[in-house]
Amino acid sequence: MLWVPAGLALALVVLPVVGLLVRTDLGRLPSLIVSESSLAALRLSVETAALSTVGCVLLGVPLAVVLARSTVPGLRVLRAIVLLPLVLPPVVGGLALLYLLGRKGFLGYLLDVTLGVTVPFTTSAVVIAQIFVAMPFLVVSLEGALRNAGDSYEQVAATLGAKPWTVFRRVTVPLLLPALGSGAVLSFARSLGEFGATITFAGSLEGVTRTLPLEVYTQAESDIDSAVAVALLLVVVALVVIVVARPRALEGRA
Amino acid sequence: MKKVLATLAGVALLVTGCSSGSSGSTGGSSSAPQAKTLTVYAAASLTESFNALKTEFEAAHPGVTVKYSFGGSSTLVQQLTNGAKADVFASADQANMDKAVQGGVIQGAPTVFATNKLTIAVAPGNPKALKTFADLTGSGLKVVVCAAQVPCGSATQKVEKNTGVTIKPVSEEQDVKQVLTKVESGDADAGLVYVTDANTAGGKVAQVDFPESAQAINNYPIAVVKDAPEADLAQQFEQFVLGAQGKQELTKVGFGTPAL
Repeated sequence: MLWVPAGLALALVVLPVVGLLVRTDLGRLPSLIVSESSLAALRLSVETAALSTVGCVLLGVPLAVVLARSTVPGLRVLRAIVLLPLVLPPVVGGLALLYLLGRKGFLGYLLDVTLGVTVPFTTSAVVIAQIFVAMPFLVVSLEGALRNAGDSYEQVAATLGAKPWTVFRRVTVPLLLPALGSGAVLSFARSLGEFGATITFAGSLEGVTRTLPLEVYTQAESDIDSAVAVALLLVVVALVVIVVARPRALEGRA
Repeated sequence: MKKVLATLAGVALLVTGCSSGSSGSTGGSSSAPQAKTLTVYAAASLTESFNALKTEFEAAHPGVTVKYSFGGSSTLVQQLTNGAKADVFASADQANMDKAVQGGVIQGAPTVFATNKLTIAVAPGNPKALKTFADLTGSGLKVVVCAAQVPCGSATQKVEKNTGVTIKPVSEEQDVKQVLTKVESGDADAGLVYVTDANTAGGKVAQVDFPESAQAINNYPIAVVKDAPEADLAQQFEQFVLGAQGKQELTKVGFGTPAL
């Protein structure tokens, strides 16, 4: 009985990709994909998504630990706020970033006046936008793992005489690695697909801020064949990331 | 809940009372006019002038509601060729109207109803003291333009080619309104937009007009969509836009009149 809705659910994901494949001009595909602008977009996308993933890990791991282990009041509100980028329309995220770090935003103004640094229209802006939308994925998967496992093992290790740093290194980190891995892969994939916040906050310029999703959008205005080809490239890259990294959480074994 | 329903009923009564009253006073037909919806796909740069025309058209055609879908012209063409139901299509350039005609979604011949040209949008007071098109290449100046794939971008390219001035933008935006937004927010020092967009931005931007913009005039064609659900009404709307009232609203925001 469950097969019918399950099949429909699967079809809803698979069929649009099939539609993309059917629509693709396979003869012209190689020439469309290796065009200078799509290669520049691919390179920029992979580089920025990698940087964003590092950023998500560096900032998200401590945040997840604090959220899972701390007992300060108001933690539930904090957790809700951390998840906000998951549900916000990306354009809203982009506007929010612009009003913080834009030249007239309160932090952006300070940066501009004191250091002469402007953030919008730079590759850094792309990375910031990606970290903004992707970090919740890392925090959520890690926080869940932190809550479910570890506590008792750590206590045992501590009673056996291990120092806090040793406990963290020898017990906590190994326990968290699978969740960290899947969180990082999810963050990478989400960064790769980021569109709304990037175009709103960072702008769109070949080689600097125009990532693959923005390239698809730009191409769609004039040459739909080339847009479809680049879109297909994006799907393939995303699939490779998910399949190769094969995060355990995605296989339901976390 | 009851209160809300009662209020709603009251409002409904008022509205129907008003509309039947006005149709009676214009003395057109004795029977109540049928409710009809006219769907117009129009370029984003037409937003302000077409919204003004909506009020006037609806006043002249009781029972008719005009519904707009504003967007980038090429996006609209794609939607139409992929089966979107509409009555009228107004494009911001000839190229996209040609695409619609080739796509077989237009009936009859399109008519140019307005022209538009570029201007430089800057912060109020022109703090960077820009005077000419060539000033846009100044070092340290953050200039935003439209991507070459959209009409305002191809107009920009045309001016660059004619003047031999190459702008190094910090961003190529997807439509002219986004260029304007980045100038309004202060993140860009200057942006190339249509005269009409700069005019409708209120006091939020100032304009620096440049004579070379005359070399890249954009034509705005309008046409009735094939298999339009309200074909007669669509025809009337097109005539309305081409007529005196249309011209008045369009020139108000800075559109030029096409040479016929």
